[in-house]
Amino acid sequence: MLISLFITCYNDTLFPETGKAVVRVLERLGHEVEFREAQTCCGQMHYNTGYTADARALMAKFVRDFAGAEVICVPSASCVAMIRDHYPKMAAESGDADLQRRVGEIVPRIFEFTELLVDKLGVTDLGASFPHAVTLHTSCHSLRSLHLGDRPARLLRAVHGLELRELPDADQCCGFGGTFAIKNADVSAAMGADKGRRVLETGAAVCAAADNSCLMQIGGTLARQGQAVRCLHIAEILAGGAPQP
Amino acid sequence: MIRIGDAARAPAFPVAAKAALGNAQLRRNVRHATNVIRGKRAAVVGEMADWEQLRDAAHAIKEHTIGHLDFYLEQFEENCTRAGGQVHWASDADEANRIVIDIMRAAGRTEMIKVKTMTSDETGLNKALEGAGLVPHETDLADLIIQLGKDRPSHIVVPALHLNRTEIRDIFRAAMARGDLSDRPEELAAAARQFLREKFLRVDAGFSGANFAIAETGSVCVVESEGNGRMCVTLPRVLITLVGIEKVIPRFQDLEVFLQLLARSATGERMNPYNSIWTGVTPGDGPSEVHVVLLDNGRTKVLEDEASRETLDCIRCAACLNACPVYQQTGGHAYGSIYSGPIGAILTPQLQSMEHSRSLPYASSLCGACYEACPVKINIPEILIHLRERLVDAGHAPTGERWAMTAAGAAFASDGRLRTAQKVARVAQWPFARDGRLRNLPPPLSAWTDHRELPAIPSESFREWWHRRERGERA
Repeated sequence: MLISLFITCYNDTLFPETGKAVVRVLERLGHEVEFREAQTCCGQMHYNTGYTADARALMAKFVRDFAGAEVICVPSASCVAMIRDHYPKMAAESGDADLQRRVGEIVPRIFEFTELLVDKLGVTDLGASFPHAVTLHTSCHSLRSLHLGDRPARLLRAVHGLELRELPDADQCCGFGGTFAIKNADVSAAMGADKGRRVLETGAAVCAAADNSCLMQIGGTLARQGQAVRCLHIAEILAGGAPQP
Repeated sequence: MIRIGDAARAPAFPVAAKAALGNAQLRRNVRHATNVIRGKRAAVVGEMADWEQLRDAAHAIKEHTIGHLDFYLEQFEENCTRAGGQVHWASDADEANRIVIDIMRAAGRTEMIKVKTMTSDETGLNKALEGAGLVPHETDLADLIIQLGKDRPSHIVVPALHLNRTEIRDIFRAAMARGDLSDRPEELAAAARQFLREKFLRVDAGFSGANFAIAETGSVCVVESEGNGRMCVTLPRVLITLVGIEKVIPRFQDLEVFLQLLARSATGERMNPYNSIWTGVTPGDGPSEVHVVLLDNGRTKVLEDEASRETLDCIRCAACLNACPVYQQTGGHAYGSIYSGPIGAILTPQLQSMEHSRSLPYASSLCGACYEACPVKINIPEILIHLRERLVDAGHAPTGERWAMTAAGAAFASDGRLRTAQKVARVAQWPFARDGRLRNLPPPLSAWTDHRELPAIPSESFREWWHRRERGERA
């Protein structure tokens, strides 16, 4: 299957290892990955901060850039939520019938990384090995918008040597919230501190998630405290080496 | 004048929130109380097989009513008047207060006993009454604590949620001259009971808000837990009720939906202990003079914006406050309005002028917990985003932010520009980078690095890696 990767702007810039891991996992499963170099950003930051006109321009660009792609993989639940929840409404409000049609065509072809693996490709065991205790942060978008359910956990449980530890208060926001982290830095940091405390309580060596944005918040908070817990996108765990026979 | 108490003069949310975050006792109190209510709510909501259908039904009833508000309000007026009630229309807070003062004076009353009502806090009624030489007595336990402590409500349903019992004991000791009081809940409740009983028996004017105004019958409905409300609406001969116009529901039967949702969402009870419904005047039974003041105070303005008017569906259960991780950190005072939490963040800006609440629509991480908890399915995150858009479009966004967003938009306009921006950022970060982390960034990014580490931008972006790999494979 030809899978088009939407890396997302912050993974591209700040977390390239996640993109490489996604490519590795998909290619190992025998699929061909394409990366359309024209792609940039879905417009979530602009949209969530109230800059709808800028977001609309980025939506139009996204739809152009991914025209004709059959399956689009996105290793970020919040960007998928942006596309799935807001593009149709934004397109309808634009009054542009052609844009609306193209958005309607593209939305069903968007898959968050774990959705793609579990629902579209039907795999949970990727033959990965990761002999560490891991806790899973369920980002708000993966929980309440995408309803990813236990997909990320099923993928992690199938990893050889991985011990999955339940995160208390898993449904609580980590406090990232995009520009919220800047505009309400004190509250955001207080929420991050609570989340960090919960992660430490699990005793896990690694905190995983389907969103690097949350992980930047959780990891940044724990790192400032001098904690050794590593934050890793789930793709980077799933791309880990296969167990030795 | 349309105003929400004195919210127009409140400090911006981030400023007030910072102060609240520094109050460890307040944060412990808020966290404990919201966790208790959330737990109770989850248990009684979990036992309802048709909870989602009830939410859908409530949303449908509210949307229908809000869409035909003029019709149902007139129907309410007609039926209430026919039953012997007197209906008054108040366009804003000051007019509502004036009407109440006039009624009190015409009836020759100087004191009133009050049922818990947020709407009278919205209009600043107590202050207006006191200014006119009249004396309001709060009788709801929490509102009594707030009144005696000269404090402000911090929660829609549990106004004194930010206080613990030791703090309440101190307020009672000072205000009731009861130096002997301990902080045992039973003793505090008994002290309040004794303090209030005298007022229930003596004061001959009652005042209430309304949870619902029923158009079909002209009735008013108030739900409560303590029974003080039942006293206020049955003992005095004069009864005044202040109702926001969005509280009207079409039929008596609609209560079936709302009473199930409200109690479970608000206090985690299957039903409110006291559900009082009255229809005009019943000779020889209860008040002989019944007034209902219908308050606009910005609500018709909210109606004008179709994208956000479902804000008026709110039944003031406060489930969104208890569910909100931001509210849990700060409590209600940081919102500068008696309407706090997620619903306050969308209601206050829409009721009063947007420029007086520029920070409120941003007082959320958009986590969606509020929408999930809302019994009438108000899509609060969507409305927050919509209000942010309105603020930006009206030119109320900070200049620096506007500039940054324009710059980001320009960088994302093509992959070539994005590549350039990534390269520039990689160079620009150099003075701040150490061990792969950025520290002490200049504003606005200092807001991040003051609290957290930020990973440095790696030397190769994903797209550069991809490009290199493709070239390598082709070679």
